[in-house]
Amino acid sequence: MANAIELIGITKRFPGVIANDNVNLAVEKGEIHAVCGENGAGKSTLMKILYGMQPPDEGRILVNDEVVTLASPSDAIDLGIGMVHQHFMLADQLTVMENVILGSEPMKHGLIDFDGARTHLKAVAESYGLSIDPDDLVESLEVGERQRVEIIKVLYRGAEVLILDEPTAVLVPQEVEELFNNMRDLKAGGASIIFIDHKLDEVLEIADTITVIRQGPTVATVKPGDVTAHELAELMVGSELPSPQTTASTVTDEVTLEVEDLTVLDVDDRAVVDYVSLKVRRGEILGIAGVEGNGQTELINAITGTEPQASGTLTLLGVDITHADVGTRREAGLAYVPMDRHQEGLLLEAPLWENTALGHHTRPPFAKGIWFDRDGARQRTEEIRRDFDVRTPNVEVPAHALSGGNQQKLIIGKEMSSDPKLLIAAHPTRGIDVGAQAAVWQDIRDARAKGLATLLISADLDELIGLSDTIVVMLRGRLVATLDPATITPRDLGAYMTGVAVAQEAS
Amino acid sequence: MNNPTLRRIALALAAPALAVIVAVVVSSIVLIISGSNPIDAYHDMFTNALKLETSIDILNRATPFYISGVAAAIGFRMNLFNIGVEGQYLLAAFFASVVGGAVNLPPVLHVTLVLLVAMAVGASWSGLAGVLKVTRGVNEVISTIMLNFIATGGIIAGLIVVWQDNTGQVNSGTTPLPKSGRMPDLNSWVEVFTRDIGKGRHLTGVLLLAIAVGVAYHLFINRSRMGYEFRASGYNPFAARAGGIAPKKMVLSAMVLSGAIAGLVGMVEVLSDNYRYDQSFVRGLGFQGIAVALLGRNKPAGIAVAALLFGFLDASRGPLQASGSASTEIVVIMQATILLAAVVAYEVVSRARQKNEASTAAALLAGSQS
Ligand SMILES: Nc1ncnc2c1ncn2[C@@H]1O[C@H](COP(=O)(O)OP(=O)(O)OP(=O)(O)O)[C@@H](O)[C@H]1O
Ligand SMILES: [Mg+2]
Repeated sequence: MANAIELIGITKRFPGVIANDNVNLAVEKGEIHAVCGENGAGKSTLMKILYGMQPPDEGRILVNDEVVTLASPSDAIDLGIGMVHQHFMLADQLTVMENVILGSEPMKHGLIDFDGARTHLKAVAESYGLSIDPDDLVESLEVGERQRVEIIKVLYRGAEVLILDEPTAVLVPQEVEELFNNMRDLKAGGASIIFIDHKLDEVLEIADTITVIRQGPTVATVKPGDVTAHELAELMVGSELPSPQTTASTVTDEVTLEVEDLTVLDVDDRAVVDYVSLKVRRGEILGIAGVEGNGQTELINAITGTEPQASGTLTLLGVDITHADVGTRREAGLAYVPMDRHQEGLLLEAPLWENTALGHHTRPPFAKGIWFDRDGARQRTEEIRRDFDVRTPNVEVPAHALSGGNQQKLIIGKEMSSDPKLLIAAHPTRGIDVGAQAAVWQDIRDARAKGLATLLISADLDELIGLSDTIVVMLRGRLVATLDPATITPRDLGAYMTGVAVAQEAS
Repeated sequence: MNNPTLRRIALALAAPALAVIVAVVVSSIVLIISGSNPIDAYHDMFTNALKLETSIDILNRATPFYISGVAAAIGFRMNLFNIGVEGQYLLAAFFASVVGGAVNLPPVLHVTLVLLVAMAVGASWSGLAGVLKVTRGVNEVISTIMLNFIATGGIIAGLIVVWQDNTGQVNSGTTPLPKSGRMPDLNSWVEVFTRDIGKGRHLTGVLLLAIAVGVAYHLFINRSRMGYEFRASGYNPFAARAGGIAPKKMVLSAMVLSGAIAGLVGMVEVLSDNYRYDQSFVRGLGFQGIAVALLGRNKPAGIAVAALLFGFLDASRGPLQASGSASTEIVVIMQATILLAAVVAYEVVSRARQKNEASTAAALLAGSQS
């Protein structure tokens, strides 16, 4: 079959790293092509090159068997290539439709043709079975919906080749299923899809062809039928595929965090967290399961102190912190891995050592009296780089120069190495490759054994089941079920999360 | 240039140099169109600048530019646009003059009191904008512009007639500061190295204050914990908040600090030139400060270079007028084009720097492999 896309001998260098080293990739028309590889292997870079965002240092790009030069994304769009980025790029304050037409506004009599755009958008969305309201503010959308907007944005411009960079990282299994169905429809319509994913069973389920790149060069192109997840992992990182296994329980009776009758209201005064009470004990990992948008975000924001609660009390290590500010909670031993690393986790333009200080900058090794300890910060960052395997040429580079997974490892590292008493971890391994994921799980378990209390939120049900001592299910702002991870299956857990299981129990 | 360090330094200097070249080209075109000979004009500017008297003049002019630049930069570092340095320094100079003219204290104490009053007034005036922002969400650009009007058109205009000195002068102003409230000049320091300055010229003692402000700004923003909090909030306010940095506290302290420094901008005039606030008190230093901060990229040393450059251009007005080689408006045109060109040049050079780093890295990697 003809190739929709062919990349030949692509090489791309950044200061101190070779991101792509003579990479080859051929994508046939109408296939779903997965690109796998460990964090920092150069996957996103390769995709940005194909989308015209960065020029390759060497190599050729062929679209429909013709050599092309892509000076900017608009060149790529003209050739029918569209991309959904690892970190979404939507304008929060605009509506879905405004976001979709942004950059290619349809004009009529010198004005933007909103009606025409709306009709076109609806037609595109319907023909691919993607439901969305064009007039919703993007700000109000859940991740899954945001993703759909990104995909519609690409399809709206007539893309025949879609690039999806880690589209499933932020989705719960049901949403992943939905996305995969959409992808199959798109493929049936003749589109080619290139996608990046760290979850190998997903790759094996949906991909027609898999290309593995490792630290620069392409190492293999395989068919999903020919490999197991184990073998795929070995190709990627040269190591075993880990599975989360709880070790003996270390839960104690000492309560680290106590949340009582917590209520959080949204702008319309609706309760998004509705009378929630929970306890996390020393040495315990409490997992919260739920489809995103059921109040988990607001719950952790209230616990970290970034959002005000309407009523209820919070107690950390016996001290009432209901009215304490974020800084006080941080100093009392709170560590926080945020949901969205770009939004709340990183100072993208600042060097790594300034990033690791954030949230801990009032204590050694980052502080020396009223002064900021630059040497201390650099040294701690070097330690994190080593202990958490953050791939970077040095600690002076800005955070945006790290690959997505390495940014995540840096955040985990800085939070775990601050000797926390309570860890609020939202999707801690989001975007991290299988090898590093196992390491992070081990770090969390080790800390648990030393008495860390953890509140874990994750879209990855295997992670949730594998790590948690107890799982509670959050649905429409309430905790609706308490489950034992030793006995629950991902499938049953999914049923609780969507409310199916609770309804059955009631009837 | 094969030496990577040399190349880095060259790149660092490239942006400002590029900006100045563009400004010279644009100004030359303007001069030619307006019928002047650019060579003559530049010649006049440079020969003039080399004179000792003019060097003193440049430093005197650069001093308030620098302080004003630092005041603006403190806000910029946190993405706060304090347009109000103008009103803050005028109001501060006014009250400081009133207080300074009304008391009699030992010399050092007297000057200190004037400085403290100036900083306090500047800080309160900008603090007002800060309070409006954190409590009512009023954009600081709008509030500081309004506060500028209230300060100059309202408070100063209203009070100056009440508090003016009635010694029968035409130009109404506050009571002049007594000797004890004046900052000694630095002439004797300069004259150690050079000839007598003479001609009634004085190198302002406030220059030392400006240097102190620069050092303090550097230590604060780059070395202190709070400076780190400032920068973090400037980079990403959400991440800063999640890291325990209270956004409101940051906005308020940035405004207050910026205003306190802004209060010192008028001190050259009050402490070492005019010794009082009158109708012809120097205006516009606040806006110049914004330009200087932008040109100097909000960095302590960068602002110093920008302030000196602006001081030099400003000092060229007199000689240009005297020789008639060009209209003095050319100075404003040059300042504006330098600023515009600088913004573009910084962008161009930062891209070049990335390329340079990448190729250096590639060369190193290639070297280590073979
Ligand atoms: N803008 C940049 N400046 C400097 N280095 C960069 C830049 N972008 C990427 N890199 C480097 O290039 C390498 C490849 O990064 P890339 O983002 O392509 O990895 P990835 O395969 O997508 O990883 P992940 O799975 O973590 O997302 C990394 O080592 C990264 O540090
Ligand atoms: Mg990536």
